[in-house]
Amino acid sequence: MSTDAVSRTRASSHDEEMIRRYTLGERLNHWIGALSYVYLMITGLAFWSPYLFWLAVIVGGGPTARLWHPWLGLIFSASLCWTFKEWHRDMRVDDDDRTWAKAMPNYIQNEDDKLPPTGRFNFGQKLFFWGMFSSVILLLLSGVVLWFTESLPWSLRYLRYLAILIHASVALITIGLFLIHVYMSTVLEKGSFGSMTHGTVTRAWAWTFHRKWYDQIKDDPRTVA
Amino acid sequence: MSQAATEIVRISGHVGTAPGDGLNREFRVCKLVDTTTCIGCKACEVACLEWNGYTFSETTFNNSYQTMPETAWNYWNLIKFNEHEREDGTLQLLMRKDQCMHCADPGCLAACPADGAIVQYANGIVDFQQEHCIGCGYCITGCPFNIPKFSPTARKVFKCTLCNDRVSQGLEPACIKTCPTGCLRFGTKAEMKELAEARAQQLRDHSGFPDAGVYDPPGVGGTHVIYVLHDAKNPELYGGLPKDPQVPLSVRLWKGPLKWLGNLAMVAGVVGLAWHYMRFGPKKEEPITPDNGRRA
Repeated sequence: MSTDAVSRTRASSHDEEMIRRYTLGERLNHWIGALSYVYLMITGLAFWSPYLFWLAVIVGGGPTARLWHPWLGLIFSASLCWTFKEWHRDMRVDDDDRTWAKAMPNYIQNEDDKLPPTGRFNFGQKLFFWGMFSSVILLLLSGVVLWFTESLPWSLRYLRYLAILIHASVALITIGLFLIHVYMSTVLEKGSFGSMTHGTVTRAWAWTFHRKWYDQIKDDPRTVA
Repeated sequence: MSQAATEIVRISGHVGTAPGDGLNREFRVCKLVDTTTCIGCKACEVACLEWNGYTFSETTFNNSYQTMPETAWNYWNLIKFNEHEREDGTLQLLMRKDQCMHCADPGCLAACPADGAIVQYANGIVDFQQEHCIGCGYCITGCPFNIPKFSPTARKVFKCTLCNDRVSQGLEPACIKTCPTGCLRFGTKAEMKELAEARAQQLRDHSGFPDAGVYDPPGVGGTHVIYVLHDAKNPELYGGLPKDPQVPLSVRLWKGPLKWLGNLAMVAGVVGLAWHYMRFGPKKEEPITPDNGRRA
């Protein structure tokens, strides 16, 4: 066996070592948010178009969907507020992100080696986070108007007119964000999905996709899962 | 299919056609409310409650004849009183029976997402079918007249049916039946329009109301309840009757361009992501190599 082969084997087992990326709390919160969002999207789409009203039927019927949609909205909002509290520091946009943003076409074309190194979250993830967080604020505000629409006095009816437009438009934006998020984390970026289920990634994964973050934590004994 | 169903020409939240599509009835019905001969006796309110099986709710007192501020889910017919002081200092007690206007182009039906919760019959009656209502309240947003009202106990929305159950049996609505002055009339839209115009003419020519006219707002395609007003230029005086009611612009945008833009964007999003995967494939982790400055 050549010395070359030995060093490769060593490097490879080191590469495959699992390190912690998300805590149990972060993962639980993520799935509370994810499941509540899926319910909100299914029932919301049912109210959106007659062609999709059958979606309400599979989750218990129109009146049931109408009854639960706002409550799940509260759960989703709470989940996102907790995410904000935990992650807003990691989500700050810095100069590296601005460079990364300019190189976004490289990222889209999977030319990741042409991108500047990223921290715990890349600029795309930051866009997703801030997009979802600002959307949830707008959805919550307009949602409350739609929830208690009958209690609103006639003189404040313009709030209703505003709320239906905001709620539908912002929900559409979140569906776009949701589609991209699910696509990237399940099929596009191998290893991402596991980070949100068992909380760990390989060293190679962290080095490839989040090098600045990897460099910060690679020698910390607590990160080894 | 029941006889009633074949007469349905428009259905809320519905994919496809209505069973009564293309049905051309000889007449559309119309209720005529002549505010100039109304005496404010509220007999129509009582008749409405009796026929529809509701009881009186608690009343309020604000030093006027107005014992309830507005219609309620279980109180579909309410006379709105306004003690109006005219420019010459004389007082005019304006009374208007408020109820669903049964618009030819109903905003409630346009806004409703529940299949069959709101239907429009060929004779012009717009009726809520509570068994299909999901209680979302979008009809409340769609209505320019503040008519659909939510029942917190039933979690459904209710409003005047124009006594569809009576009219379909050849009877006149309960309010019409009981009116002691004849200020309420019921017939075909053409007949009622003619009668209303004649009365407005009489008011203009002989009663000193030069602005008398008929309220049949074109913004909602005309209504199946029309009013004769002493002052058709200021319908707001009659308990807030809107001057030019329209289905709200935001409801039109939401159910029109936004819907098609949104549907297109969602389909384009899914197709785009599938295309991306086929064109560029998955991102894979690379073996760690000493940083040789390959990355910026």
